[in-house]
Amino acid sequence: MSESATSPLPRPTSLRETALCHWHAAHGGRMVDFAGWNMPVQYASIVDEHLATRSSVGLFDVSHMGRLSVTGPGALEWLESMLTRKVAGIVPGQFRYTLVTADAPAPLVILDDALVSRDTDATDGTPRMALVVNAGNRERVVAWLRSRLPASGVELVDHTLDTAMIAVQGPRAVDVVVGLCPGDSCTRIRSLGNYRGTTATVAGHAAAVSRTGYTGEDGVEVTVAASDAVAVWEAILAAAAPLGGRPCGLGARDTLRLEAGMPLYGHELLSHSDPFALGLGLAVNLEGRKFPGCTALATLKAQKPARVRVGLDLGSKRSAREGNVVLAGAGHTLAGGEVGVVTSGSFAPTIGHAVAMALIEPALAAEGTAVEIAIRDARQPARVVGLPFHRRPAGGGKPPAAG
Amino acid sequence: MLKDVRFAKSHEWISPVAGGVATVGISAYAVEALTDLVFMQLPAVGRKVKAGESIGEIESVKAVSDLYAPVSGEIVEVNTSLPDQLETLGKDPFGAGWIVKIRPDHPAEIDALLDRAAYEALIGSQPH
Repeated sequence: MSESATSPLPRPTSLRETALCHWHAAHGGRMVDFAGWNMPVQYASIVDEHLATRSSVGLFDVSHMGRLSVTGPGALEWLESMLTRKVAGIVPGQFRYTLVTADAPAPLVILDDALVSRDTDATDGTPRMALVVNAGNRERVVAWLRSRLPASGVELVDHTLDTAMIAVQGPRAVDVVVGLCPGDSCTRIRSLGNYRGTTATVAGHAAAVSRTGYTGEDGVEVTVAASDAVAVWEAILAAAAPLGGRPCGLGARDTLRLEAGMPLYGHELLSHSDPFALGLGLAVNLEGRKFPGCTALATLKAQKPARVRVGLDLGSKRSAREGNVVLAGAGHTLAGGEVGVVTSGSFAPTIGHAVAMALIEPALAAEGTAVEIAIRDARQPARVVGLPFHRRPAGGGKPPAAG
Repeated sequence: MLKDVRFAKSHEWISPVAGGVATVGISAYAVEALTDLVFMQLPAVGRKVKAGESIGEIESVKAVSDLYAPVSGEIVEVNTSLPDQLETLGKDPFGAGWIVKIRPDHPAEIDALLDRAAYEALIGSQPH
C-alpha cells in the first residue's frame, strides 16, 4: 500500500511468506511484493477469478493481514479507550468495523481501519478480544497499541505469523465450508449473522470462522494454525472446484472490493482523512467516549467536508487510476475546473466497464452529475453514481445482518 | 515468416519490409504477461513516429502499458477492428492480432532489433 512506503519503519530485506506462499508459487500464482509480503496477484486471469467469486466461490489467502489478540480482565475497557468504535457493548462472537487512531504528531492520525471482535470469554469470564488489521499497517499499529498498554491487566499478542487466514467468498462459500464440518460446527456456521463468528472444526482442523469479507459477497473467513493452512486450503478448494470455485489473487480481491464500494487504506483512507467525508461515520462513535483523536474527530463531524467519496461510472473500457484528476463536466459553472481526484479505479468485471471511486467537491457529488476525468492525454466523461457499484442479489439465503 | 520477425526489447514485433511497409504487433509473451486486456488505443494513420516513441496504449485490468514504435517512420495503416476484439491478440498475436503498419524511414533499423533467438533469450531471463 502506498502509505506503508513512507513509513519510518525499516523495509524488510526479504519478503515475508504466508503459510500458503509456496502453494501459490507451485500452482501458477504470479507472486508480487504486497506490503512486504510475497503474495499472488493472480493465478491466470483476474477477470475469471473475480467472476468465479461472484457466481460461485473464490478462495483468498489473506494471511498477510495482521491478527492480534487482546486479552485480560482490562481488555474490553482498554480497547474501548483506544478505538473509534464503541467496544463496550460487544458480545462474544460479534465483529465491528473500526478505525485505529492516534493523537500525535497531528491531533488526528488514522493508523488503520480494522475489525475488532470478541471471542468466547475465558472460563473464568475474562474477555478475549481480537483485532484484524491491514498488512501494511500492522507493525505501526502494534507499536502504537503497545505504547498505550496499561501496566497490567491487558495482554496484546501478535498471532499473524503463527496463524493463517483464508477468505472463502461467494454465493456458494458457506455451502462449501459447512460441507467440510461436523454437524455441530455446520449448524453454528450456517446460523452466523453478518459480522458474527464462531469456533468450528473445518476439514478436521480447529478454526475460527466469521461471516466477514471484503468482496461484497456472502462468505466466511477461516483462521487456522499456520501448520494446518495448506491442508485446510486444499480441502476447501477441492470442495469448491466442482462448483466452479477457484483460488484468487489480490488482483481480484481489489476489483471485487472496488465494485462493492469498500474503501482501502492507503487509497481512499489515509492517515489524515476525514472519515465522515468517506462515508465511514458508522465506524466513529463519539457520544460519551474518549479515545485518541476523538476531539479532532468531533470537530470534523461538525464541519462540512471539503471533498466527499463518490462512485464514478465511466461507461468505457479505459480505466481511471488512482491520482487521476476529476474535472467539472461541460455545462457546469466550474466546467473544466479541478474538483476531485480518483482514489481507486479499474475495469469492473461484473459491470463490464470501468468504474472508479473519487473524492470530489460536495457541489458535484449528487448522483447523475456529469464530470470528466483526465486520464493521460484524454478527457474521459463519467457520471457520479451511488455506492456500491455492485450489490449481490437479494435472497441468497443469508441471515439478516446483525450489526 | 515468424523466423524473420524482429523484436524490440519492449516486446513489439516487426515484420520484414514488403512493398515499403512493415507490420507491427506485440509478442505472445507480452500478451500472456499482461492478461485480462480490456482497452487499446491506436495511433492516427499518417502520424510520423520515432523509434521508441509511444504510439498507443494497451490496458489490462491491473495496469496501462505503452505501445512503442520499434522503428522510425510513418503509420500507414492501423488494425481498427482490434480494440473491439482484443482476444485476437492472444489467439493470433503474429497474424490477425497485428496492430499497425509502418513505412520505415530506415529499413536497416529493423535489422538492428532482436532476432527470435535473442528475444527468446531475453524473455527466458525475465521473471514471469
